[in-house]
Amino acid sequence: MSKSVSFDPLRRDFLTTAASGLGGAALATMLASDNALAEPSASALAARQTHFPAKAKRCIFIFNAGGPSQLDLFNYRPELSRLDGQALPESLLAGVRFAFIEKESARLMAARRRFRQNGQSGMWFSELLPHIATCADDICMMNSLYTDQFNHHPGQLMMQCGQAQFGLPSMGSWLSYGLGTDNQNLPSYVVLTSGRGSSGGATLWSSGYLPSVHAGVLLRNQGPPILNLELPPGLPPSLERSGLDAIRALNEQNFQRMQDPEIASRIANYELSFRMQSAAPELTDISGETAATLDAYGIDRTDPKERSGRVGSGEHYGSFSRNCLLARRMVESGVRFVNIIFASWDHHSTLDRDLSYNSGCVDQPIAALIKDLKQRGLLDDTLVVWGGEFGRTPLGENRNNSRNVTGRDHHPYAFSMFMAGGGAKGGYTHGETDEVGWNPVVDPVHVNDFQATLLKLFGINHKKLTFRHQGADKRLTNITREAAVVEELIA
Amino acid sequence: MSICQLLGRFAVTIFVGSGLANSNLIAVAQSVDFHTDILPVLNDRCAGCHGGVKKNGGFRVLSRELLLEKTDSGEPAVVPGDVNSLLLKRITASDIDQRMPPKGHDPLTATETELLIRWVKEGAVWPEHWAYGAVPPLTPAAVFNGQHPVDWFVAQQLAQHNIAPAPPADALTLTRRLSLDLIGLLPEPAVIEQLLAAPEPFAADSPALVNIIDTYLASPHFGERWGRHWLDEARYADSEGYEKDSVKEDAYRFRNWVINAINNDMPFDEFTRKQLAGDLLPNATHDDLIATKFHLQTQFNLEGGVDSEEDRTKRVIDRVGTVGSVWMGASIACCQCHDHPYDDFRQEDFYRLYAFFNNTELSADFLGDEPADADKKRAERDKRWKTLAPLLEQQLTDKNLSDQTQSQLSQLRTVDNSSGITRYLAERTSSARSTYVFTRGDFQRPMVERGEVVAGIPQTFGTLSPRGKTADRLDLANWLVDPRNPLTARVAVNKIWMHLFGQPLAEQPQEFGSRGSPPSHPELLDYLARWFVDEAGYSRKQLIRFIVTSKTYQQSSKVRPELVDSDPNNRLLARQNRFRVEAEIVRDISLQAANLLSTRVGGKSVFPPLPAIITQQTYAGSNKYKASTGEDRYRRGLYTFFRRTAIDPNLSTFDCPDSSLTRSQRDRSNNPLQALATLHNEVFHEAAQAFAARLLQLEASSDSQRLQAAFRISVNRAATESEQAALQQVLAKGRDYYSTHSDDAMALVGEHSPPGLPAAETAAWVTVARVILNTDEFLSRN
Repeated sequence: MSKSVSFDPLRRDFLTTAASGLGGAALATMLASDNALAEPSASALAARQTHFPAKAKRCIFIFNAGGPSQLDLFNYRPELSRLDGQALPESLLAGVRFAFIEKESARLMAARRRFRQNGQSGMWFSELLPHIATCADDICMMNSLYTDQFNHHPGQLMMQCGQAQFGLPSMGSWLSYGLGTDNQNLPSYVVLTSGRGSSGGATLWSSGYLPSVHAGVLLRNQGPPILNLELPPGLPPSLERSGLDAIRALNEQNFQRMQDPEIASRIANYELSFRMQSAAPELTDISGETAATLDAYGIDRTDPKERSGRVGSGEHYGSFSRNCLLARRMVESGVRFVNIIFASWDHHSTLDRDLSYNSGCVDQPIAALIKDLKQRGLLDDTLVVWGGEFGRTPLGENRNNSRNVTGRDHHPYAFSMFMAGGGAKGGYTHGETDEVGWNPVVDPVHVNDFQATLLKLFGINHKKLTFRHQGADKRLTNITREAAVVEELIA
Repeated sequence: MSICQLLGRFAVTIFVGSGLANSNLIAVAQSVDFHTDILPVLNDRCAGCHGGVKKNGGFRVLSRELLLEKTDSGEPAVVPGDVNSLLLKRITASDIDQRMPPKGHDPLTATETELLIRWVKEGAVWPEHWAYGAVPPLTPAAVFNGQHPVDWFVAQQLAQHNIAPAPPADALTLTRRLSLDLIGLLPEPAVIEQLLAAPEPFAADSPALVNIIDTYLASPHFGERWGRHWLDEARYADSEGYEKDSVKEDAYRFRNWVINAINNDMPFDEFTRKQLAGDLLPNATHDDLIATKFHLQTQFNLEGGVDSEEDRTKRVIDRVGTVGSVWMGASIACCQCHDHPYDDFRQEDFYRLYAFFNNTELSADFLGDEPADADKKRAERDKRWKTLAPLLEQQLTDKNLSDQTQSQLSQLRTVDNSSGITRYLAERTSSARSTYVFTRGDFQRPMVERGEVVAGIPQTFGTLSPRGKTADRLDLANWLVDPRNPLTARVAVNKIWMHLFGQPLAEQPQEFGSRGSPPSHPELLDYLARWFVDEAGYSRKQLIRFIVTSKTYQQSSKVRPELVDSDPNNRLLARQNRFRVEAEIVRDISLQAANLLSTRVGGKSVFPPLPAIITQQTYAGSNKYKASTGEDRYRRGLYTFFRRTAIDPNLSTFDCPDSSLTRSQRDRSNNPLQALATLHNEVFHEAAQAFAARLLQLEASSDSQRLQAAFRISVNRAATESEQAALQQVLAKGRDYYSTHSDDAMALVGEHSPPGLPAAETAAWVTVARVILNTDEFLSRN
């Protein structure tokens, strides 16, 4: 396929000035017709064509910030249990960096959880995720991921933006840029959070050098989801409307004088802001959901007594359930990319208690989400992703040579993530690590390979979705590292 | 230059008449333009495999010399004049295994092929890149025939295209433009009333206009306006960045320094020297040390378990990249891992620059007023530093120390923050570090075998003559601002122009390399660069004054529909541009119209009200946010506390950069979230409340007089009848509703109700005020 217009970096010209590609006559039509205004078309967010036929159309990326322990959740390593308390062979430790582990006295730490196989595919899950385990045959498990980054914020940037650098667009921004959105009344890329703030904060949903219209929009999961959606106190909707009519009238007169297409865009955007005022609250209004659905997601759940010390104050179980349900409602409404961020999984200590809390929080709602999407026929073209910035080490964390070892340090060399739906191969486990889970030994997948694969599911050639910035055609996958699509992950 | 050339990237397709495959059929109409016709083909179609990163077949397209070198086959790719050159054989090969670009890539188009053939035939001329040659001397004044030089250069191109210049903007528009461009505020109503009373159009050099210009240039708000542009480039923030994103209590001192320097019209060469190397200046003052905080805007990772040496090298890399981008318009940051893919910058060049910054360290002291117990605090800090320094050294070999060192660093920061110490950059005095090229930019893989890299400038620019035995940062700064430096002045004036026209002359202000777009008016850019150095002595104010007194600056910004197709982006400057004002200015002028804006200049950062969902995003809820009260609630946008991981949405929604990397040019998006902000956000609603109260407190006898006043204050002109009518309707509906809804009226007017007036009346005026503050005209600079 030759260079597609839809991904041409030159598009920036009309992205930043939404309507400037239109001639005078088109503008007149645009201003004359209510209908045309309903779609600020030629806009940055108009839906676009792909390089390949797309399997996935929408993505729900559940980002588990902090580095969840793959060894206690997905990657069953019986040999690790057998070697519990033993030192790691010298050969594995050469050149390895740790944040907190004292190399000399470090010992392997067994997973304290029972694992079992699930579904027809026999996919392994630990007892911590019984609900997700029932979706095994829809899940594409990756046990051989690795990343370049060892610390949280750089690692999170790597996972979300392709490189551990600031100022880069995140995955959601790339998809918004590449594909536009199917619902002009809502942002194309939204972010929902649970737990405490993540290391990366707003840098994780930045549009970087892409036009800022592709930045993630942080939503609240209660009440009006978008900032500034509520009318000022004392202003009835009728006066909001008459105010908007006057703004429009003044702007139209201004347009007649100045002939600047930006004014037409502004008119369109004020109208859009009005439609958002009704469209967006509908997203968080779950009163129309059946009791069975609400139960399945666990909307009314309260937090268990045994809490984790790493998620901040407040109730998180119900909030996470709500985020999963809202994610379904959003993709149903045509939002392109939903990022649910849950922090933190940084279990340096009290792994048993804290991992139980976190797993309990996410297990039921995620399983409910996958099943709900499936039942509605949405799972085929909605990609659900679960993952963090890296994994956790098979060694126990003996910080300051402490003998009271209850957690695991960061581990970038091998970790696990999974996908479901959206053209990912269900009931399939990809890659393998060595017996203790230190390094991938079969089919290693670099974070950029995973990102290239994700884009392929969306019909995008990761090398062709580019944006000219500072002289180079930049892309999600690092231009200086050759990323490869992992075809085996695709159904 | 033709429009075809101007829009170089389209030139090739416009050129194609039919698929001409046989070179003999081509009639040579004119000679090939290297920069327009050839370089884009080499860059887009060849450099991916034959550039600075990959050098397949021992063949590189980065310079003429490299192109003529022998490739791995033993044959040079290009022999000037020889149409049988290897390069041409390969691009025209019919055998798919021989053809270049290879299988999997599209072949060159017939036009691209023909152009390359003609180019080789004509001698493969590779003229000097527009940005790298010496800036020519000033065009003699006689040439301009009495015209302003800016106007003369612009007129040359307009005439070539038979385009008449636009009429001048009217005096009101021009005054508002000057006010927004120079001080980022609305003109005072008194100025507008005077102009309305005497509606004579300004001539470009009329004393009345010159007086207005000089007033704005002398205003203390000038430094705020132009300081904020610079802070974008300096990646200024009040927090360290990364996970912890700790607060830097002393950051504002750098902002103060920038504002003062610009207000005092510190020449750009001095401005450069102080920021790059203030600590190395003879008899460095406290202010000189504060200026080096430019380098401390880079992010600092205090996350537990971080390798301090890795983080330090990242900071050095960011400093090098920033200097390259800000002063040289060079994306030299690419070269931390590999040679530049498109320009003749080598990886070693990057580390030559790196060496300038490799022996710096964080110093801190009381700069300015000392507290009474200064010595005690200084001693406490020194003690911590003494424990820390060896730990940092040791960490080079023992990574397990990192937790401890990070914790020590955090404690050091607490001392600095709580005792009012100011941090700055200084050269370390002992245990100098050696610089090596890092294999693929990895600090753990220095290429020791290649030998130590000595501080210097990229080889393509020659060599430095240092003051002492070895070159230091001050030598680097001196070289950058040397009048003979081809880049610095060009890059600087391009950005000043951008802030006065909404678009730069060369479209990519941070990329003056071969992948950057050539300027629309190359001779004008050169003239201004020369003028800035020779005539203005690097004075920012003089250059701005020079530009804004041109007819080109002062022309109308009305879009010319007849030119939309031929010059959609107004590259020929057949009119001024109109555009939305920046994030901070949206806030400033809203508060100013409301008479709420504090005009205090400088000082610490302030905390406008923020929704909880934003403050909660910081790491583990570490942002204990308390909104400012009193005057501090209404400071200008540039004083808003800038926390990198939790940016005020009133800034980011309007494209304020996130300060993670240096940024010369902001996006200018137009989106519905902006409408929601100015319609509903607490800050903007309060502005509408106070604007209404202001209007009601004016001496006026009718609605019409108040509406006229509202227009004079906000859009700085008189309202037309139909505009008035539209607003009268809003007012009537408001009165109608609030006369029977007194609770709503009270709620809507909030705390800004003028005494003695019924809330219903004020509320009705709030509905009018918010309409005016949301018009495109109010939010735009015409």
